[in-house]
Amino acid sequence: MIAHAIIFYFLSTITILSTIMVIASRNTVHSVFFLILDFVSAACLFIMLGAEFVGMILLIVYVGAVAVLFLFVVMMLEGNFEKIKQGFLQYLPIGFFIGIVIFLELIVVIGGWQYKSEFIGTSKIIYDANETNTEQLGKLIYTDFFLPFQISGLVLLVAMIGAILLTFRRRTNMKRQDMVKQSSRERVDSISSVDAEINKGVKVND
Amino acid sequence: MIEITLIHYLFLSAIIFTLGIFGIFVNRKNVIVILMSIELILLSVNINLVAFSVYLQNVTGQIFTLFILTVAAAESAIGLAIIVIFFRNRGSIQVEDVNSMKG
Repeated sequence: MIAHAIIFYFLSTITILSTIMVIASRNTVHSVFFLILDFVSAACLFIMLGAEFVGMILLIVYVGAVAVLFLFVVMMLEGNFEKIKQGFLQYLPIGFFIGIVIFLELIVVIGGWQYKSEFIGTSKIIYDANETNTEQLGKLIYTDFFLPFQISGLVLLVAMIGAILLTFRRRTNMKRQDMVKQSSRERVDSISSVDAEINKGVKVND
Repeated sequence: MIEITLIHYLFLSAIIFTLGIFGIFVNRKNVIVILMSIELILLSVNINLVAFSVYLQNVTGQIFTLFILTVAAAESAIGLAIIVIFFRNRGSIQVEDVNSMKG
């Protein structure tokens, strides 16, 4: 029990400290690295709770995809990040005030929830301790939550199409092959016979 | 204090949520850090859902965590794409430069 508590406090301290570093570090690349540390320690917390599948998916989706995406964009933009950080102190008081208010509200919610203990045991879904976490999730996702599962796939498809459409650009100064134009070319459009006069030459208008 | 209960996880997620909100206010000029703060807020919601799902012995919370992960991935992809085209058009990613739609 003591080991469990020590591991929890260790992981949650790392999570909170890296969260602070995400919002406070001057370099945006460092922020992304601390975001990765944050997600890894949160995944460790999930695994410690007994939700292995969600923890692993968190590692795959966030550390493997989202954080790398952030890193790519940060390194691609390479803007003037020093100038960006100038208003840090300007918004500190209002941010601090609103943060404190939200935190107190959350504490009130947590405190009030303790008196609502009759919520426990109202679940209709039977929790079988013999099954693994992944088995339980799979049995629910493909039965009760099949439609939301498909819709989340659709959300990802829409996001993919949207991101490609937004960042796709056709360069104007490039010569591209135009199939229709190429094969619908007639002889009269491209060849013209001209009578060349002596000592005057031919004027070519391309 | 020694026995880790649901309350501990709720406090952890409350702290991360507050820090995420705080990050949005403090880093008003840097859009990428704002997006990362939104990811932090979603992570705190995920911690809440997983903790409740484990302590109430109901797997539904973990399924909703998966859906939140999906939406978060989609949101960050679209947001970063918008940032990229904004940088391509304006040459900067400062939020204060986003005023071309001002009436």
